[in-house]
Amino acid sequence: MSDVQKQAEKATVVLRRQTWEVEAGITARELLKKLNLNPQSYLVTRDGELISEDTIIRPGDKIRLVAVISGG
Amino acid sequence: MPMRCRKCRQKAVINMRQHRLALCKEHYVEWFQHQTERTIKKYKMFRKDEPVLVAVSGGKDSLALWDVLLALGYQADGFYLRLGIDEGIRYSEESYAKIKAFVEQHPGVKLHVVDVKETYGESIPEVARRVQRGKGKPCSVCGLIKRHEMNRVAYELGYPVLATGHNLDDEVAVLFSNTLNWQVGYLARQHPVLPGREGFARKVKPFCRFYERETAAYALLRGIDYMYEECPFSVGANTIYYKELLNKLEEERPGAKLHFYLSFLRAKEKERLFANWQKSQAELHACEQCGQPTSAPGRCAFCRLWPEDVLSKPEEAFVPLTLVAEPEAVK
Ligand SMILES: [Zn+2]
Ligand SMILES: [Zn+2]
Repeated sequence: MSDVQKQAEKATVVLRRQTWEVEAGITARELLKKLNLNPQSYLVTRDGELISEDTIIRPGDKIRLVAVISGG
Repeated sequence: MPMRCRKCRQKAVINMRQHRLALCKEHYVEWFQHQTERTIKKYKMFRKDEPVLVAVSGGKDSLALWDVLLALGYQADGFYLRLGIDEGIRYSEESYAKIKAFVEQHPGVKLHVVDVKETYGESIPEVARRVQRGKGKPCSVCGLIKRHEMNRVAYELGYPVLATGHNLDDEVAVLFSNTLNWQVGYLARQHPVLPGREGFARKVKPFCRFYERETAAYALLRGIDYMYEECPFSVGANTIYYKELLNKLEEERPGAKLHFYLSFLRAKEKERLFANWQKSQAELHACEQCGQPTSAPGRCAFCRLWPEDVLSKPEEAFVPLTLVAEPEAVK
């Protein structure tokens, strides 16, 4: 498989100033677990829309994670 | 089989394991507003004919609360305290910008603003650097000033109710910390409603039964642009540590946080847990400078922060600036 094809299998995940490339085909919940993040503490959005924990991450998805814990 | 909304069977955007409830965007917003109303009624927080002052910080919880109260038809006005925290990320300025944008999108709403530095001569970091209480971190001084100014403004503008955006995670973090240290006094007082006394507003927390991820989801789904950056001074705060710890527990045992909080409230109500303590400590004094309730006679902790000449300025020096969203500002 070429590098271009490999790239297409992945999704981009952004949390604050961090970015990851992850394999697509897993659920939003599995994605968080994979990144060692607690699903209770983050929301997952795709193209600005909130997605539920069982939503499958597709190749090329731009995922933004929203941390929900605040200091208060 | 994707997760479906319980109401309409469309694809869900959120699943709340502790309620075994998945909802789509539209029904989540509806559910969230309805639950807020239920909490307000359950704890007898306030009525539709009582003006409510909502303490807004620019963060997700307080702006979401203001949004819900307006949507439900309550008389909710905002109060923002300009703290003067910059620390290289213009924290206070950015927070204020979010609040002003929210106000512009809600024609007719009222926002009262007090600038700490303009009113008392020093910003939060400046007072904190000067006084003993602020040594290390300004959070204790900041909390003290916020509480005092909320009380003062509600009193002076005649609001009987003061609402804050505290969510269940905030409450549980405090409860956990106070239990670890057996802070009986604080435990006795912790409740969704603190009754008002001698003209001072009743304090209420209409979001006390929502998880933090639920208030964040509501803000996101309603398109509320909130201050995402944390206060630069909250880095490494105990609250954040306890919240992470409790979320680990919640992840293993869905509903653990909710149960911890609700069973605490039930024990206080049904078993009269801490009831005697509450009675014996109920005696408060009026601060001889500002009149606010304080635990010891003399001047309260807030008034002791400032030199005499600051507090003896003419009365108009302490009046908040009030902004009202123009009707033509509708978007
Ligand atoms: Zn639905
Ligand atoms: Zn005082």
